[in-house]
Amino acid sequence: MSRALPVLTVLSVIVLVWYGAAIGLNAPWARDQAARAGEVLSTRQLVERTMMQDRPVLPAPHQVAKGLWDGINGQKITSKRSLVWHGWITLSATLAGFAIGSLAGILLAVGIVHSRVVDLSVMPWAVASQTVPILAIAPMVIVVFASAGVTGLLPKAMISAWLSFFPVLVGMVKGLRMPDAMQMDLMRSWNASRAQVFWRLRLPSAMPYLFASLKVAVGAALVGTIVGELPAGATAGLGARLLSGSYYGQTIQIWAALFAAAALAAALVAIIAGVERMVLRRMGLAR
Amino acid sequence: MRAMLRTAAVQSLVRDLRFMSYFALFLIGATRITPELTPLVVIWLSAWTLNICLAALNLPICRVLIPVIFGATLIALWQMACTIFAIPAVILPAPSQIWTAFTGNLPLLWGDFVQTILKGALTGWLIGAALAVLTAIAIDRSPFLQRGLLPIGNFVAALPIVGIAPILVMWFGFDWQSKAAVVVVMVFFPILVNMVAGLAATDALARDQIATWGASYPQALFKLRLPAAMPFLFNGLKITTTLALIGAIVAEFFGSPTRGMGFRISTAVGQLNMALVWAEILVAALAGTAFYGIVALIEKRVTFWHPSQRQ
Repeated sequence: MSRALPVLTVLSVIVLVWYGAAIGLNAPWARDQAARAGEVLSTRQLVERTMMQDRPVLPAPHQVAKGLWDGINGQKITSKRSLVWHGWITLSATLAGFAIGSLAGILLAVGIVHSRVVDLSVMPWAVASQTVPILAIAPMVIVVFASAGVTGLLPKAMISAWLSFFPVLVGMVKGLRMPDAMQMDLMRSWNASRAQVFWRLRLPSAMPYLFASLKVAVGAALVGTIVGELPAGATAGLGARLLSGSYYGQTIQIWAALFAAAALAAALVAIIAGVERMVLRRMGLAR
Repeated sequence: MRAMLRTAAVQSLVRDLRFMSYFALFLIGATRITPELTPLVVIWLSAWTLNICLAALNLPICRVLIPVIFGATLIALWQMACTIFAIPAVILPAPSQIWTAFTGNLPLLWGDFVQTILKGALTGWLIGAALAVLTAIAIDRSPFLQRGLLPIGNFVAALPIVGIAPILVMWFGFDWQSKAAVVVVMVFFPILVNMVAGLAATDALARDQIATWGASYPQALFKLRLPAAMPFLFNGLKITTTLALIGAIVAEFFGSPTRGMGFRISTAVGQLNMALVWAEILVAALAGTAFYGIVALIEKRVTFWHPSQRQ
């Protein structure tokens, strides 16, 4: 509870600053329109008109909220103007890519921990690849797949799989290496096989690291999908919504899509955090 | 008795060889079905065997040699696969074609590098980092602001911030200023969260000590807390080097002057000039690694006292 008051205060300051900025940024257009119509605006009228433009430079918070509400509730969810429909397109590709990427990351991490040669060959490249802006190849992947006749969910899922692969790999290798020499010696003194060491010692101690990296990976997967929807004239998904909004100057549409994406990311991270709490409590690791 | 005398290295060598022999059976089976695969399989298996033996040797130089051999093998396989299966350059150009495109377009690539990396990403990264550090110092004195801003900062750091690119391109125009603005927003929150954690990292004993010397707030800040925050700050700076490049490149998809890496990638994709696209990716990879390396080098000089930097 001690956090609620400060967070709410900061949030309300942000909303106030936002309204102020909206008035400031939208005022020139409102003044210009009024001058053309030969009107003289009082301050009150000016403020009112900055709040209700069709294509404002910065939409006021209530306009974004209305855009979001219209997008979610205004029409059938199968309509092409529905944010639920676009969000589902993005979410399905994100989840598919996230599943593929984290599974591959976990499997390779198991290989790295158990084989020295895999470790020495792959790990330096995996670490170096973290410094490379992988997202830049997103448009190319889409085009390459499209030229091979593959469109829709799969190419976007490949990008998000690629982006979620490395955080999981690095976190999981760190986690599987967590057991110290004493614990490993104890397992040896019980004559545990490598499989037993893996299932009963390494995997349980890797769990906190796995969940921490899964949270990073799901965010990366969502960003990957959205960027994957940007370039090749895609027509569906939150990324395509951003792009068409920017082409046609529909600022409210951009902001609504942006907030929908933010809500999606927050929900995905929250779900993983919930699973994490449940698993760690079952394992007796939660405090 | 012999089994007990085996060292761990020999054990892992035997295990790796045994595992590879299963794998080799599978690959050799594949060459019976598609004979064109034979040279690829031969190269892969011999390089992997070499790596297994090198790993068992356990010399310091092997730590460098093994990844280099692995990377070179992958590139060789890529090149051979492209020639043997006659993969069209539109789908996947061979490394030799990419290298030709790279060396043949050096002035063009340099112009794109200056536009995107130096003007867009680097400027934005410096401004964003400076803003984040100043904000962290400002809110450090107020526990109320910290409790309010940190949950929001953590939340925002997980959001797909790259989505604000179209908005900022609308506000700041098509040139590098809008790219720098995207980068500022992208790098701000990760650095802020790290810096606030770093400023809180001094222990009570050190703070008491400096208080007994009668140090003023600026003195305590500059002599104790800022140096102690440096490892955290550099952690944030290193994370955000990649974010800065991504932000600058992706923002160019929403509009740019007729140069820049994002612009070049999207137009070259349109012309199906894949070798040039891959050359741009090579530039981005080199720039990303160099950017990270330089920050890591500065970190080494600044935080030489930290346990993680000791030899």
